[in-house]
Amino acid sequence: MLRLPRFSYLRPGSAAEAAQLLAEHGSQARLVAGGTDLLPKMKRGQVEPEVLVGLGHLGELRQVRARDDGGFDVGAGVTLSEVGAHPQLRAAYRGYVRASALVSSPALRNAGTIGGNLCVDTRCNYYDMSYEWRQAVGFCMKKDGDICRVAPASATCRAIASSDTAPVAIALGASVVLVGPEGEREVPVASLYQDDGQFYLTKADDEVLVSLRLPKPDGWRSSYVKVRSRDSIDFPVVGVAAAMKMTGPVVEACRIVLTAVGPQPLDVSGAAEALLGRELDDAAVEEVALQAAKPARPLDNADLGYVWRKRMTRIAIEQAIWEARTTSSTTSSRPA
Amino acid sequence: MRAATTEPDRDPSPGGELRLVGKPLPRVDGVAKVKGATAYADDIELPGTLYCKFLRSHHPHARVLSVDTSAVSSITGVAAVLTGQDLPTKYGIMPTSEDERALESEKVRYVGDPVAAVAAVDEETALAACRAIRVEYEPLEAIESIEQALVPPVDEPIHDYGGPANIHRLAALEFGEVDDGFARADHIREDLFFFEGNTHLPMEQHSSIAVDVGDQLTLWSSTQTPHYVHRTLSRVLHLPMGHIRVVAAPHGGGFGGKTDPFSHEIVVCKLAMLTGHPVKCTLTREEVFYAHRGRHPVLMWVRTGVSSDGKILAMHFRTALDGGAYGSYGPASMLYTGALQTTTYDIPAYRFEGVRVFTNKAPCGPKRGHGTPQPRFALEVHLDKIAEEIGVDPVELRRRNYVKPYTRTVNWLRITSCGIEEVTDRVVEASGFTRRTRRPGHGMGFAVSSYMCGAGLPIYWNNMPHTECVIQVSRGGVTLSCGATEIGQGSDSVLATVAAEELGLWPNDIRLVTGDTGLAPVDLGSYSSRVTFMAGNAVRDAARRMREILTGVAAEKMGCSPAEIEVRDGKVGELAFEDAVVAAQERFGALSTHGSYTPPSNLGGSFKGAGVGPSPSYSYSAAVVDLDVDPRSGELHLNKVWLAHDIGRPINALAVKGQVEGGVYMGLGEAMMEAQAYRHGLHKQPSMLDYKSPTFLEMPEVETILVETIDPEGPYGAKEVGQGPLLPVIPAVASAVHDALGVWVDEVPVTPDKIMRALDAKAKGRDGRFGPKSFPDVPYPTMVKVAPPDAAATAL
Ligand SMILES: Cc1cc2nc3c(=O)[nH]c(=O)nc-3n(C[C@H](O)[C@H](O)[C@H](O)COP(=O)(O)OP(=O)(O)OC[C@H]3O[C@@H](n4cnc5c(N)ncnc54)[C@H](O)[C@@H]3O)c2cc1C
Ligand code: SF4
Repeated sequence: MLRLPRFSYLRPGSAAEAAQLLAEHGSQARLVAGGTDLLPKMKRGQVEPEVLVGLGHLGELRQVRARDDGGFDVGAGVTLSEVGAHPQLRAAYRGYVRASALVSSPALRNAGTIGGNLCVDTRCNYYDMSYEWRQAVGFCMKKDGDICRVAPASATCRAIASSDTAPVAIALGASVVLVGPEGEREVPVASLYQDDGQFYLTKADDEVLVSLRLPKPDGWRSSYVKVRSRDSIDFPVVGVAAAMKMTGPVVEACRIVLTAVGPQPLDVSGAAEALLGRELDDAAVEEVALQAAKPARPLDNADLGYVWRKRMTRIAIEQAIWEARTTSSTTSSRPA
Repeated sequence: MRAATTEPDRDPSPGGELRLVGKPLPRVDGVAKVKGATAYADDIELPGTLYCKFLRSHHPHARVLSVDTSAVSSITGVAAVLTGQDLPTKYGIMPTSEDERALESEKVRYVGDPVAAVAAVDEETALAACRAIRVEYEPLEAIESIEQALVPPVDEPIHDYGGPANIHRLAALEFGEVDDGFARADHIREDLFFFEGNTHLPMEQHSSIAVDVGDQLTLWSSTQTPHYVHRTLSRVLHLPMGHIRVVAAPHGGGFGGKTDPFSHEIVVCKLAMLTGHPVKCTLTREEVFYAHRGRHPVLMWVRTGVSSDGKILAMHFRTALDGGAYGSYGPASMLYTGALQTTTYDIPAYRFEGVRVFTNKAPCGPKRGHGTPQPRFALEVHLDKIAEEIGVDPVELRRRNYVKPYTRTVNWLRITSCGIEEVTDRVVEASGFTRRTRRPGHGMGFAVSSYMCGAGLPIYWNNMPHTECVIQVSRGGVTLSCGATEIGQGSDSVLATVAAEELGLWPNDIRLVTGDTGLAPVDLGSYSSRVTFMAGNAVRDAARRMREILTGVAAEKMGCSPAEIEVRDGKVGELAFEDAVVAAQERFGALSTHGSYTPPSNLGGSFKGAGVGPSPSYSYSAAVVDLDVDPRSGELHLNKVWLAHDIGRPINALAVKGQVEGGVYMGLGEAMMEAQAYRHGLHKQPSMLDYKSPTFLEMPEVETILVETIDPEGPYGAKEVGQGPLLPVIPAVASAVHDALGVWVDEVPVTPDKIMRALDAKAKGRDGRFGPKSFPDVPYPTMVKVAPPDAAATAL
């Protein structure tokens, strides 16, 4: 079987200490939470840290706290399963909870954390392969090489943003708290990512994500629609988060964020302006979906074919809008 | 499950009522497997074991200019390194295609081809050593498709035999007057189909461990064919067979993926001989994708002429197989794509042209259904299209052409028991196929198929039995030895049940020594659905002989005739089984009986190529698939599958149901998503996350219906179930999609993407079809015309 390479494991006493250790060890070091993303990648030689700074044991990262302003702080070390089982989160942030429940499989959700999910590596089927395979096809710029195999003319890596929870967090207007050697700062989840599959996070390497700050629900309803081959395990090949605020049947505000259609989650809420101040109907939703899907740029680096994935973006947007509208907390999953 | 009842009046067992055969009993290996107590090859730990890793080619096609292992010797923990020079003898499962070496020293032919191997104290060290080996390659043009393989190569052909271009094998056979049949036809239809390759995906990765002590080399391996591995080791290692023992360790699934002798099996033996230590190799999942020997991608063209009432008058079937880099079972696989069309339908005139080409991909070979799922998909969908064209119900069209029991096909295959009518009736009835109500997006598809109960001929020419068995009885109990190999399909349970049935014991009373070339007599292996039929017969004969000895002695003691002695519930007449054994030993000394099985010699024809297809019997399956398709996305939702199978008679009804469900599952995976796809000469997704195979969420309910035809030659009337039930599932899925949306996807897998492309074509006013558009020019040889069997031979 594939073996883990050798590494040192450090056990910091706090998130702040973890940040210190990261700063000390520089590019040799990596944070590990549930390890469900990182460890398989280490086995395949996609990342080769010599030092792992563990977060799993830190109680401070494992809290879900109701804030006075009506929002919630979810610790980065809270597992995806714990989010799914949390009654208040379930009631207030339906789309977010749904997205966390659709990540991989039950076993992986028991280990995988929400912080790890927000920071999960971008994916590409030229990259998520063993060292020997990548050597055979030719290394690419994300690791060990200098060109992009999918889009050879591209100056940047086009690996796919694959977090299921990030688009919903963005649609809800959430932010994250980062702790670095210099202290703490809060940034919107939307600005945590950039359009580069290699350097997909904007945070500094020595910053630890300590919590996700979900704003007060304030009438926002959210949904998440995920497209993939197998509902039991697969990463998204298209993901759509929608958040909507309604007055009666009239749409007051609507945000739409796409994932898995490019290197970063795409906020396409602009296209949803056509819905504001009116009731939803098929024609309007179809038109918005058509516009909102335009920036999606799936490439031949995931399964199911990029033409089909582009087509599905539109369909998934429609579905996400309709699902966000419904008030029941048990919306169906795709296919409707 | 609707298990059919046994019919005592047709019961061929002389003992009267069957106590165990046919009952849904737990498997003899079940508890250990569920508890995790079974030791698979990778679980075997011997003191001082070294671990082996391979250096594999990262070029699809290249000359090996040099292999420099000098950096390896300085790595602590390395015990030995092997290159192609150490194992120069070629081998291959088919005597006509011995084209592999355990390690290639002249040329590599696919990404993953083994070049060097290292034994070290642990896998990490062995891997590091492999990475320290320097290989100089001269890359050659990579052959990536059937079409490319048929034209002269830019550099050189992949192999130095076969040809022209990269052709491995060709066949052209004609049975009956085909042109005449087409001339008389009222309707003629031609269709093109493509079946993408896919792989077995056993849960257990191949693993082998060898030890060489006291002039005896022993290999434990996840192999379905210990006997063929035994022969290959003798040849490649230049050791007499008497000094080699191959043991098939318990399997976590085979499906045909462990039927070739493999490089890692030979290499661990050689390393064990060199180092004096046990040496183990367990392939990584990625390496299992390279070991492959899975389903061939096949391009197919079929032309059929029918009368106005839908009776088939002539058929011409062409296939082109992408064989990958080596021969493997390829010559047989190619002939299988043309052999079994006639075992379901009475085709009075039949022409088959086949070609297998070499390409620079992992070698293809036998996977569940070996060479027949691809043409079965094409044939069944083709018949659906004919039915639609001439306005006949698809089930009715098939019924009008079904073969009859006890006949001989135009290509000389002997048909005996045949439940094709019954499986059709039962599956149509249970599913409500003909009386369904229509709703948008909903579809149902129907298909039938048949499969062999063991190949009529062995893989290498010999006149010995195909299977042999010995039963020993003593104070120590009953020991049954037979080379038959348990690969998870339940063969151990079948053998134990048969012996227990005859000896009046329980299956768990029988100690089994199976899959062991040193301690058990030869059985050819677990392939071609042969074990229940062949080894079952051998065990029954051996057990009956033992029963005769015991009843004879008991009758003497009791002063009655042996015929009056009942053997049941641990008793032989009035004697406890153990006391009967003591009495027999007092009389005869050591007690052992034997049994063997050789298929009859009149199963097929005598033309060249006639060795592929004959079998002592054929199973029959029919499937109905019920699904919904979303017309906007092309995504499938399976509702239910009904599968009726002519099992002859189940030996263990529960195990049979398990095989049916497993076959349906595998068929659905192939139909919907599985693809051993390549890009830039490289396997596109060699991991279990990326190679999409269905999981429990995709698996619908399966209703298994067993039909009993009590085969005259199978043990207790039993036939095969390991492979047949997969076959009708794939065309039934394509047919159901057509039923739902009115489009045909003539290419497997039937993915959402292809469904949408067929719908797009239809929306634009074109043919609502997705599939291949042409069949390449193939330099087929001169047609071999075979006279069909005459009327006297036809009616058996
Ligand atoms: C078979 C399989 C299927 C999967 N399917 C999905 C899927 O469908 N959707 C999906 O979104 N993911 C999927 N994943 C990926 C992964 O399981 C999840 O994203 C999970 O939530 C990651 O969390 P973790 O705690 O295990 O992260 P880890 O593996 O521990 O870390 C992931 C990355 O985040 C960094 N990191 C972790 N915690 C922090 C922190 N607090 N601050 C800063 N950086 C941090 C790590 O350094 C690492 O780079 C799958 C994984 C596998 C193996
Ligand atoms: S998108 Fe290009 S650079 Fe990025 S991982 Fe894939 S091949 Fe490599």
